[in-house]
Amino acid sequence: MIDRKLIGKKMPSRGVQVERGQARLFCKAIGETNPIYIDESAARAAGYEGLPTPPTFAFALNMLAEPANANFFAELGVNYARVLHGEQGFEYHAPIMVGDSITFDGEIADIYDKKNGALEFVVTKTTGRNQRGVKVVTLTSVAAVRN
Amino acid sequence: MAQARSLAEAAVGDDLPTLETKPIARHDLALYCGGSGDHNPLHTDSDFAKQAGLPDVIAHGMLSFAYLGRMLTDWADARQLKGVHVRFVSMTQIGAPVVCSGEVTARSADTITVSIKAQQGGRDTIAGEAVFGLG
Repeated sequence: MIDRKLIGKKMPSRGVQVERGQARLFCKAIGETNPIYIDESAARAAGYEGLPTPPTFAFALNMLAEPANANFFAELGVNYARVLHGEQGFEYHAPIMVGDSITFDGEIADIYDKKNGALEFVVTKTTGRNQRGVKVVTLTSVAAVRN
Repeated sequence: MAQARSLAEAAVGDDLPTLETKPIARHDLALYCGGSGDHNPLHTDSDFAKQAGLPDVIAHGMLSFAYLGRMLTDWADARQLKGVHVRFVSMTQIGAPVVCSGEVTARSADTITVSIKAQQGGRDTIAGEAVFGLG
């Protein structure tokens, strides 16, 4: 069983630059053709001050942010091979734009189990703020651990 | 179901325009590996996947979530998308298309709620909900 005292544990801040090439590759990978994400003149015509990024790109940015979170599950005493991505949520507060610098701050929001501990769930909440300190996104991830 | 209308005019029961991808190819997963920073070899290395007890590589769940995101912001202005939350229900396999669909389930004075899902061959892979703000 994962120590429930870890609920509330805060992760170190991590940062990432929103690079144009990374955003472009993400768009290519997901088959994104909406011009607001690809063509800066189309984005400006739609009222953006530059290129916005697609809604789930925030998850990629959180993965790309440094220092990497590689040891997160090991620190919980969990074998990563037993972890499944159970749920994912986003709350959007302001657009994440190419050229932004995003700082992520995460914490363990909850740990609970089902089936008498056969399945444990670790809920993390992570807030992203841009270089002006404006909150842009809140990510909620639920990891399912098969014991 | 009713023809999907714009966000401002959407009514409960309206379907969003569906989005159907090409069959998922290994190359799509390699691109998403680089594009997303998710370098888990389960998605790109069939030898690794077999050692983990799977018949072959599986697609990133977040790739299908990204397809749902495309459907949502093709339909409505991205700035009106206030939140989206999904459950990963089953694994997404290579070789078959992903079909994304959505239905307006609630409308209040200032929000529209849309139930969304991704499927492969009629099997749910992702199910969830998105909320748009009006105005």
